[in-house]
Amino acid sequence: MPLLDVRNLSVDFKTANGQFRAVDGVDVQVDVGDVLAIVGESGSGKSVSMLALMGLLPWTATITSDSMMFDGVDLSRADDRTRRSIIGKDVAMIFQEPMSSLNPCFTVGFQLREALKAHLPLSRRERQKRAIELLEQVGLPEPERRLRAFPHQLSGGMCQRVMIAMAIACKPKLLIADEPTTALDVTIQAQILELLLDLQKDTGMALVLITHDMGVVAETAQRVSVQYAGQKVEEQGVNDLFANPHHPYTDALLAALPERATTKHLPSIPGVVPGQFDRPAGCLFSPRCQFADDHCRQVKPGNAPAELGHARCHYPLIKGVPQREAS
Amino acid sequence: MLNFILRRLGTFIPTFIGVSIVSFLFIRLLPGDPILLMAGERGMTDERYAQLMTQFGFDQPLLSQYWDYLKGILQGDLGTSFKTKRPVWDEFFTLFPATLELSLCAIVFAVTLGLPAGIIAAVKRGKWPDQALMSTALVGYSMPIFWWALLLIILFSGMLGWTPVSGRISLMYFFPTDTGFMLIDSLRSGQEGAFASAVQHLILPTIVLGTIPLAVIARQTRSAMLEVLSEDYVRTARAKGLGPLRVNGLHALRNALIPVITVIGLSVGTLMAGAILTETIFSWPGIGKWMVEGISSRDYTAVQGGLLMIAVIVMVVNLVVDILYGLINPKIRK
Repeated sequence: MPLLDVRNLSVDFKTANGQFRAVDGVDVQVDVGDVLAIVGESGSGKSVSMLALMGLLPWTATITSDSMMFDGVDLSRADDRTRRSIIGKDVAMIFQEPMSSLNPCFTVGFQLREALKAHLPLSRRERQKRAIELLEQVGLPEPERRLRAFPHQLSGGMCQRVMIAMAIACKPKLLIADEPTTALDVTIQAQILELLLDLQKDTGMALVLITHDMGVVAETAQRVSVQYAGQKVEEQGVNDLFANPHHPYTDALLAALPERATTKHLPSIPGVVPGQFDRPAGCLFSPRCQFADDHCRQVKPGNAPAELGHARCHYPLIKGVPQREAS
Repeated sequence: MLNFILRRLGTFIPTFIGVSIVSFLFIRLLPGDPILLMAGERGMTDERYAQLMTQFGFDQPLLSQYWDYLKGILQGDLGTSFKTKRPVWDEFFTLFPATLELSLCAIVFAVTLGLPAGIIAAVKRGKWPDQALMSTALVGYSMPIFWWALLLIILFSGMLGWTPVSGRISLMYFFPTDTGFMLIDSLRSGQEGAFASAVQHLILPTIVLGTIPLAVIARQTRSAMLEVLSEDYVRTARAKGLGPLRVNGLHALRNALIPVITVIGLSVGTLMAGAILTETIFSWPGIGKWMVEGISSRDYTAVQGGLLMIAVIVMVVNLVVDILYGLINPKIRK
């Protein structure tokens, strides 16, 4: 049984112009100790699906799902109290903007000890000791001094380390990292990723890494789930995905990697992710797909079998060639 | 921090001079002549009139009158009230405790109801508690304060007989008022029922004076909370698995407090202005009532001195608010 098993998750947002579907029937499975990368462009619903799992979406969101099983508890049906006893303890999350994710009014120590206090029966003294340990664990020098600091006295990279320390405070079984390096300098990005992977190896927790950086995916993930316009379009092991992408979108994403470019100009995917008003009738990727035909534009595709990466495509690619006779 | 306070105190000087000019001119711009008013119905001879004009210095040009006034202020002398012949400074501080007591009660009333109302409205935005609280606040804010006072008196004093109509304490009690705060003095007197009577007398004026600040605080708290609730750090607090009370009441509220205490500080000015009406209606012997009497008898020194003191109090309160900013949010302290 997987640690996390989300079935058919959809999220709708109430907007001034009616309902907007940000996540559309997504499945997520994460095994114990797994590293799953969720990739996709901005607006593909990758953060929203994880925020929905955590119950952190704003009030304008409506969440529907068949089930959201985490470690034997169905989070979609759990009451608030049960959910709060799991969130922050067994599932933790870190975010894109470390500087604004820490409360400016409280010291680092207060916020860190608070995470411990919420879930663990520790005394004051034990909490302080554990807080120091945690800061050491995430590689912050002078932990005692840092605990007394306010967030604005730290750099972005240090804030993200504090966020990570807070997230792993209660030894979670699953850590969700929502674009943890996007707001940081390139040199710091590598350090933070390395830290996350080291922690994952040391503690054996599962890690979900949300990113739009294929380079990050190649270095970190075991499995990759590709999302497009709120739908999961492909899921494979990382090596297979890079060697043989089955969905044209994945193929195009990989082709846009600078290391893979063969021409003088970097290839790009024409067009943008469809918004609220221009969702195609058929395959959502069809307007931007180089292989699309009329069938693609009119009929919604189903999912291909597992050996084709569950690709949501009428003509999944094998070695870059669409398999038209398959359907 | 000390540097900051000293710098702020430096800005007091021009403000203070400005206020002294305005308060000096304001009362003199009103039609009416204090000396004629002093004479009353009988009138006076031209010689007596001229003599009094010289005695009070009104024959001097305005500029030299102002200069004398300013010199007095710098020596801590606000002049002598025309009417009572007592120093304005003494008059003010005899009456000020009554106003302070009422204002403090009104502020406490406004904050203890306004903050929770604003928080609840923000957390339940768009739902019925939000709509009910915010429309009530709007009604409270728009209501003429004297009319509101009369309605309350009719209901609670007239029809129900629960509260007294006016004054600070029942005439049955008599004891020395050393501190000037009736709640404290009545407790110290040890007379049975004195404290209860003082509290009863405070209820209606407190509600009347606190209503507008209450509405302002509730609305400001709501909008500040709404802004803060969508911040990343509130999401972080929720991601820790903290309960709604801790997320909203600690993580969000602490950040939302900055604009709220600004409004509380500014409403001290409103309270002083509101006190004038409230004290008159409830015969509350405070500076508001004293100033109204001063204006109607053209008691120049009392009115200009009173205005100046109120302005200084408002300035000091807002300095305290500025200092509080840094205590609440250390990011501002830099």
